[in-house]
Amino acid sequence: MEIKQTALAGTLESSDIQIMLSKGTDGIKITLDSAVEKQFGDQIRDLITKTLQALDITAANVKAVDKGALDCVIKARTIAAAQRALGTTDQPAWEVF
Amino acid sequence: MILKNNVNRTLSDDLMAKLDYKPYTSTEIGNPEIQRVAPKVHVSTGNDKVVDSIEDVVKATVKDGMTISFHHHFRNGDYVFNKVMRVIIDAGIKNLTLAPSSLTGVMNDMVIEAIKAGTITNITSSGMRGSLGDFVSHGGLKNPVIFRSHGNRARAIEHGDIKIDVAFLGVPNADKLGNANGMAGKAVFGSLGYALMDAQYADNVVLLTDNLVDYPNTPASIKQTQVDYVVQVDEVGDPDKIGSGATRFTKDPKELKIAGMVNDVITHSPYFKDGFSFQTGSGGAALAVTRYLREAMIANKITASFALGGITKPTTDLLKEGLVRRVMDVQDFDKGAADSMQSNPNQQEIDASWYADPDNKGAMVDQLDVAILSALEIDTKFNVNVMTGSDGVIRGAVGGHQDAATSKLTIISAPLVRGRIATIVPDVTTVVTPGDSIDVVVTEVGIAINPKRKDLIACLSNIPGVPVFTIEDLQKLAEKKVGTPKPLEFTDRTVAMVEYRDGSIIDEIKEVKD
Repeated sequence: MEIKQTALAGTLESSDIQIMLSKGTDGIKITLDSAVEKQFGDQIRDLITKTLQALDITAANVKAVDKGALDCVIKARTIAAAQRALGTTDQPAWEVF
Repeated sequence: MILKNNVNRTLSDDLMAKLDYKPYTSTEIGNPEIQRVAPKVHVSTGNDKVVDSIEDVVKATVKDGMTISFHHHFRNGDYVFNKVMRVIIDAGIKNLTLAPSSLTGVMNDMVIEAIKAGTITNITSSGMRGSLGDFVSHGGLKNPVIFRSHGNRARAIEHGDIKIDVAFLGVPNADKLGNANGMAGKAVFGSLGYALMDAQYADNVVLLTDNLVDYPNTPASIKQTQVDYVVQVDEVGDPDKIGSGATRFTKDPKELKIAGMVNDVITHSPYFKDGFSFQTGSGGAALAVTRYLREAMIANKITASFALGGITKPTTDLLKEGLVRRVMDVQDFDKGAADSMQSNPNQQEIDASWYADPDNKGAMVDQLDVAILSALEIDTKFNVNVMTGSDGVIRGAVGGHQDAATSKLTIISAPLVRGRIATIVPDVTTVVTPGDSIDVVVTEVGIAINPKRKDLIACLSNIPGVPVFTIEDLQKLAEKKVGTPKPLEFTDRTVAMVEYRDGSIIDEIKEVKD
């Protein structure tokens, strides 16, 4: 799936993650700023990558600012940002949940 | 040889040998005979103590290699520390040991500058936070910091483990001979509890005040018999930053739920009877506990014999109401508590030795029934960390944690998780208070009782609305919620050693790798 526009989901509140998705050419590139980088940084990057792949996104630039979000939140924000970027918010990708 | 102590922590045998330390073995103090030290006395009739310049006093008292001390009763409103350290750094003095009762955020930049200048080469403190904790955790100080509880600092001073050459003590009032207290003036903080040790044991005692009053000044917490110099300065502190203003009652439903369960644990324990005693901290949940406890005391027609430790207004309100008969006050956390000390004769100022020194003929904590304490982490052995954050960086203080935990019923109140960080973990990053002194852990989902306390299991297992878990179950619940974290990485270098209250080593803090 091709990214049509840069899109944002999530806030900078504690226990949330803000994900900005824009067009990329060289695979899924993630810039992560996280309060729990040391303990969960790799897991967060992995989860964002897998969630995007499940939506058939193979190239994207991701800017993520994490304030200690749980996995379910990270996944939800990633899907929201992705569907906004793809322009498919009117067709929820239920199977990704 | 790998040296391990009784909480299974590996200690560096070279450092242990070099600093002549014993590994922690037990919470029991026993009945040893102790020889205390006495300070040097520079004899004077007292008519020449008042000086105008910090420079002159520093020149007369501070030499390379000495130990200097400060108190932290002004907390983040402190002006004294930075004023004095500025002069000491500029005088080119080197190799000092800094031995304050604790270090607050407002002192951080000055301490880092003094370390970089070679002025400070050793530190012992209750704790450190912010930029200084970060600096030390990244190896900024060559020699390891020694962390001691408030009771242990008193013990170390009395033993001569900390030999203070010069104590610089800020006070909101003093007369020309050095009679002073913390209650009257502009920058008031109430009890001088921690500073009283320095006044009693330092070879040189320098008071700094912005309020020179008529002689003789009473009530005198620090006495003229102890003081060498009285320095007049323009301001000793910022009254607005000394304490949190009006104590706010938490509306956080998680904190309220925890507080409610803490209250249930206390009221269902055998210690909740007329004449019981308690100590609470200053966090949101602890303040809420005080309010719930008040209702339970009224309903059951029970009064407490004393409240202990760091005092807040909700506690002095109980004193006013007659629900608490005495407040034994080593430090005041807010203005309400500080004001109450001046007006209520039943609020007794106590020094750190009286409060919590283990090597004593009886300290207040030895008489304490219930202590409600907080934690950054608790592990499945009930060990508690209040010193290092989830990233392994120093950001806390021992405070009175180890001391108050010797109470008959020690309750740790903490949320199961904070954001994505589990509070209940398989092993704490740093052991500060040993699990042997912890009795009950209270979280928002329920409680865990230390299996060693079979008596408590019997009386706390069937409280309506208070589910009982094993500590292992609570740990698994937390992990299920947040996931399994990657272990923190440290280098082999020790940046700090944590003493238990008896002066043995309970854990070491390593330099963080990043």
